[in-house]
Amino acid sequence: MSKRIEINDLDVYYGSFKAVEGVSLEIEPRSVTAFIGPSGCGKSTVLRTINRMHEVIAGAYVDGEILLDGANLYGSGVDPVNVRRQIGMVFQRPNPFPTMTIRENVLAGVLLNNRRMSKSDQDDLVERSLRGANLWNEVKDRLGIPGSGLSGGQQQRLCIARAIAVSPDVLLMDEPCSALDPISTLAIEDLIEELKQEYTIVIVTHNMQQASRVSDKTAFFNIAGTGKPGKLIEYDETTRIFSNPSVQSTEDYVSGRFG
Amino acid sequence: MTTTISAPRQAQNPLTAGQLPRWSPWATLLGALLVGAAVAGLVAGASGTQFSIVATAVIGFVLYLVAITVVSQLIEGGRKATDRFVTGLVTGAFLLALIPLVSLVITVVANGMARFDVELFTYSMRNVVGEGGGVLHAIIGTLLVTLWAAIISVPVGIFTAIYLVEYAKGRLAKAITFFVDVMTGIPSIVAGLFAYALFALFFGEGVRSGIGGAVALSLLMIPTVVRSTEEMLKLVPNDLREASLALGVPKWLTIAKVVLPTALAGIVTGVTLAVARVIGETAPLLIIAGFTTNMNYNVFEGRMMTLPVFAYNQYVSPGVQEQAYFDRAWAAALILILIVMILNIVARLIAHFFAPKAGR
Repeated sequence: MSKRIEINDLDVYYGSFKAVEGVSLEIEPRSVTAFIGPSGCGKSTVLRTINRMHEVIAGAYVDGEILLDGANLYGSGVDPVNVRRQIGMVFQRPNPFPTMTIRENVLAGVLLNNRRMSKSDQDDLVERSLRGANLWNEVKDRLGIPGSGLSGGQQQRLCIARAIAVSPDVLLMDEPCSALDPISTLAIEDLIEELKQEYTIVIVTHNMQQASRVSDKTAFFNIAGTGKPGKLIEYDETTRIFSNPSVQSTEDYVSGRFG
Repeated sequence: MTTTISAPRQAQNPLTAGQLPRWSPWATLLGALLVGAAVAGLVAGASGTQFSIVATAVIGFVLYLVAITVVSQLIEGGRKATDRFVTGLVTGAFLLALIPLVSLVITVVANGMARFDVELFTYSMRNVVGEGGGVLHAIIGTLLVTLWAAIISVPVGIFTAIYLVEYAKGRLAKAITFFVDVMTGIPSIVAGLFAYALFALFFGEGVRSGIGGAVALSLLMIPTVVRSTEEMLKLVPNDLREASLALGVPKWLTIAKVVLPTALAGIVTGVTLAVARVIGETAPLLIIAGFTTNMNYNVFEGRMMTLPVFAYNQYVSPGVQEQAYFDRAWAAALILILIVMILNIVARLIAHFFAPKAGR
């Protein structure tokens, strides 16, 4: 289920603007990796390149390679649709499909792809995914209501259920808790801890406490100034990054001296 | 234990000081209109002309604006005075805009009711020279021609809009948008001449058919459909597209199953308004669909009568019993307005039932 990610010398461009330069890191399977850094340093950009969502933006492209268990995601002839079926993503703002019910939202990966599935298999998948996202008990009696009728935290967990329903190998989360209250945030952090057993998880966060709570390894990104590309400064065990980092700017950032 | 400390209630709330009472604008308006009527009456009496309601309204309105502004300025101050002046101006403009609309509806209903009977909806004009006869052939013609125009232009328009919003980039997209905008301004007679010229190439001079009319109308309809659909597709949040793509759904399925359903209500409304815009077109149909007194269910063969052409034809070439022809023209106009109204109601119902559920 879970796969290893290897990023080799990745440069990311928006048109002629180089947003990220020279990122290389390895992410172990069944682990949580946090990307931290100031706004605009390219951590979300790097995250989006991992499931080729980056190129959805007009003019954006990538130089370098990302290996998923040794297979290059950016090799010639690779269909981005296939990549995205293996690497799921949860976005910053909860975005359930407004035309669909809770049940249909969970099944979106199946329904939208026109895949056939028996009613009982669908019911199983809905229950399994919602239980996986810690949402089952709250919504099991109202699976037929629109997904947009839930609270923000519930919507975000619905989006996580939707992402894990297609059983990806890797789960990417782009600031999944930034729009949520502390209780919902806690629910999602607990969920990340559980999901770690099965998935490789990469999470972008602005909240350093969150990074230190949930992640095994942490990557710190920084930017020299506006208009300059973001760079990976340090990548290490989370405990080391937060207690004894080897680079001065990392220490400044995690101790709150800037950014 | 909580104790509420309340100041003794004052007989006069100090916050209402320096305010005009609520009835004052109405009283002012009534007074202004009375003065206007008096002036109009005096002028009418002095010059021996008829009493003029228009003069009463105009004088009354101007007097009202002056009076309310001055009174308000004296009692309430500058901010409120400006507010009352502009409120009066805006309401006046609204009423002025309403006059032609209401007048048109009343005229059409009043004149149209004379022949709004069962025979009108069950007979064609075949072998009718005087009274009687009906517009069934024109209703059928209008519905068929418009239906075919919609069949042609809705797919073309929606696909063009999808291309522009989801796929196009750079110069081509800009060029298409520009020419679509230019097309919205095409005079309808040009569309009719184009359709005639096109069909004359294949079927020879003097060709007349319903489908030709449909082609002419679709030329007028496509730009409207493209623009409204484009706007609706742009309103679909990018979040939804990304959510779908991130689930490994190919782009075309994302568009077909996420983007279009989300925008459906708006697209349907846009299409209906486009239909309403072309259903009353006369000039192109006069050229290419022609006119006839017979029923014709086949758009591909022969002349086809439509409601606007019928109304025009009855009006310009009345027979001996003039009034019968005029009554039929008004009745046809009334039916046309009713069809457009029904279309709008249907569009609203569809928009209501297909709109994304707001939840809870």
